[in-house]
Amino acid sequence: MFGIKQETFEKNTLALLVGTLVVVAIGGIIEVVPVFTIETTVEHVRGVRPYSPLELRGRDIYVREGCYLCHSQQIRALRDEVERYGHYSIAAESMYDHPFQWGSKRIGPDLARVGGKYSNDWQYGHLMAPRELVPQSLMPNYAFLAETPLEYDDIALRMRANRAVGVPYTDEQIAAAKDDLIAQADANEDNANLLKRYPKAVTVSGHARQVTELDALVAYLQVLGTMVNFADTNTERLAQ
Amino acid sequence: MPTKVEKDSVSGRLTTGHEWDGLKELNTPLPKWWLYVFLACVVFAAGQMLLYPSVPFFTGYFPGLLGYSQRVEVDRAVQAVAQQRAETVNRIGALSFEQIRADPPLLNAALSIGRITFAENCQPCHGTEGTGRPGYPALGDDVWIWGGSLAAIQQTITHGVRSEDKDTRTSAMPAFGALGSLKPAEMEAVADYVQGLFGLPPGKNAAEGQKLFVDNCASCHGDKGQGNQELGGPPLASRVHLYGGDRAAILAQINQPKHGVMPAWNARLSAPIIKSLTLYVHSLGGGQ
Repeated sequence: MFGIKQETFEKNTLALLVGTLVVVAIGGIIEVVPVFTIETTVEHVRGVRPYSPLELRGRDIYVREGCYLCHSQQIRALRDEVERYGHYSIAAESMYDHPFQWGSKRIGPDLARVGGKYSNDWQYGHLMAPRELVPQSLMPNYAFLAETPLEYDDIALRMRANRAVGVPYTDEQIAAAKDDLIAQADANEDNANLLKRYPKAVTVSGHARQVTELDALVAYLQVLGTMVNFADTNTERLAQ
Repeated sequence: MPTKVEKDSVSGRLTTGHEWDGLKELNTPLPKWWLYVFLACVVFAAGQMLLYPSVPFFTGYFPGLLGYSQRVEVDRAVQAVAQQRAETVNRIGALSFEQIRADPPLLNAALSIGRITFAENCQPCHGTEGTGRPGYPALGDDVWIWGGSLAAIQQTITHGVRSEDKDTRTSAMPAFGALGSLKPAEMEAVADYVQGLFGLPPGKNAAEGQKLFVDNCASCHGDKGQGNQELGGPPLASRVHLYGGDRAAILAQINQPKHGVMPAWNARLSAPIIKSLTLYVHSLGGGQ
């Protein structure tokens, strides 16, 4: 074709190099270009905010423990899913997730809208000993999380790392990270500032003397799917 | 080095024309059927790309000739099934509990809706068919904290207990021990009396405990421990207990009480669904 023979490439290393580059680049461009158009696929909805410091650490623990191996966080746009779990998930809801936790396994139920569905006490009790509450459950016990103090000395660095990949944490939020984290993990602390910076953040308390990993995980679970108020949006607006 | 295409004398096939150090390569093309299936797939994929949303642009995406959207589809599907159920659900919403119970087919429908809703939303705490768990009230018995009438159950489900809802039911037992309003010996005495109410043999200081009970506890739990559903004071003269029925549980609760939380369900469930759920919970055995 075009008078170019395979022989030309086989005999000429430079031609082989350039030719290879061109072919790989075509595949690369097709894979990469959609990523640059991601802005156009994220819906414009109000309410989605970056995770509070405690929720962010809870999310780290969620990822570390591999919760995504059994729980998805994506309600698909199918009738039975919408009827069981609530409004289908939209891209905007995971725009501050790095990486997102959509998952593809449903050994346990979807967790995209689990926030507020059960009480804090239930989340604590269930994570420590699932079968105490749901006899037929096959989820492992995570009681050790209640005994593991949460490491949060590096919380500001973690937030900066998230900011570097596009999560809009403000300098004020990063400066107040430790205070906010402690305020959310202690029911007796004043959490007015926390709620100003992170609306709908749920205060948790495992009643331990220190902040535990379980506190963080429960705070994270209790905010899942609660940020967007779907009453003031609809499919047409989501499509814009 | 490339040579000319020739016929291999052993297999009778053509070579590709490549030769390296005397080794020649046989030309073994893909089976025809495979090639055609592959080409058909390519054509099919191109058709799909034309018909359905496919190529992203910098200001949007190509929506496809059919204008298909899964989100529109699911809205339509949800609406279609809602329409199918509309007659039943609207009637449940419009009629009073008495009227629903007077109409067996409608009551059956409401109980089915309630059973399914219960399994998805309530069972994790209250157990299968409302058997209850420590800290989560059993619903199949006739011991109620906030009342077991249909109206009371409906109120509890709709607004929750100690929830975020502004009309939530709420009560708080003081931490008699932790706040120091009862001395340890006094707490022991109260426990002596209360374990009698629980059906255990009363302790030796039960008489003293009863006096303390009347002064400190009776305003919410009733003077005979019968409970007070207006205030959400659980009945103590009973065999059914939220946080355990032994002396240790009694002392723990006097010292530093636990308080459960039930979410308000009006944000997740519509009024007719809550009504159906109410009828179901009421039917579990203890409805008043």
